Amino acid sequence: MSLRSPLGRVLGHGAAKEGVHHWWAQRVTSIALIPLTVWFVVSLLALPSFDHATVHAWVSQSWTALLLILFVGIVTWHSKLGVQVVIEDYVHGGTKTLSLILSTFAHTLVAAAAIFAVLKVAFGVAP
Amino acid sequence: MPDRPLSPHVWLYKFKYTLVSSFLNRITGCVLTAGLLVLVYWLMALASGPHAYATAVVALSHPLFKLLLAGLTFAFAYHLMAGIRHLIWDTGHGLERRQSRKSAWFIGAVSVLLTAALIAWACSRMGAP
Repeated sequence: MSLRSPLGRVLGHGAAKEGVHHWWAQRVTSIALIPLTVWFVVSLLALPSFDHATVHAWVSQSWTALLLILFVGIVTWHSKLGVQVVIEDYVHGGTKTLSLILSTFAHTLVAAAAIFAVLKVAFGVAP
Repeated sequence: MPDRPLSPHVWLYKFKYTLVSSFLNRITGCVLTAGLLVLVYWLMALASGPHAYATAVVALSHPLFKLLLAGLTFAFAYHLMAGIRHLIWDTGHGLERRQSRKSAWFIGAVSVLLTAALIAWACSRMGAP
């Protein structure tokens, strides 16, 4: 018989709150992404041209830059949550932990790089 | 770490619309995750100046890459539709078997049409593939 209390045995293993938080974050980000992705695809395809000057001018507009930052931030967050579920379903043991850490790093890098690029264009002097 | 029950293995399931629509949603999500790399590459090239951008445009204009972009377009269309279907399920609607089968075919058809429309629009804007 173990002398550990029932609470002691479940602490650190449970999904209490965490699981619900993941579920909610996935839903809320998906709701936000419906308008954001549609905006991104439509405004991109509606650009008069795809040369550097035109796209640069588009991204440096305040509203475009703001919406792009929201878009890349939320889309990488949503992607991170989704990839996490896929890893947890198919990868087990130490490889799982390593994959989750690598996925988190990669997603953070992608989000930071994308936001940095948008800010650089938005605040930068015209090249 | 305690021994937790694992979900049944992927290939244990019967190949049905439920499996296909659920699995397609997951696969398209993973494809879109890979697509983020294209997005960030394009944005970084834009921020790096006209030369880097021109190089990126040449790379992205390669026929193989256009095929990849077409695949990303379908992944976007399907994942968007399947995501909306999931959000409707979350409200408690459309969960009956007949409704779910109907919505599975519906989102499949709509995402194919949406993909075709987006690719046609992109081709008319950027020149033929």
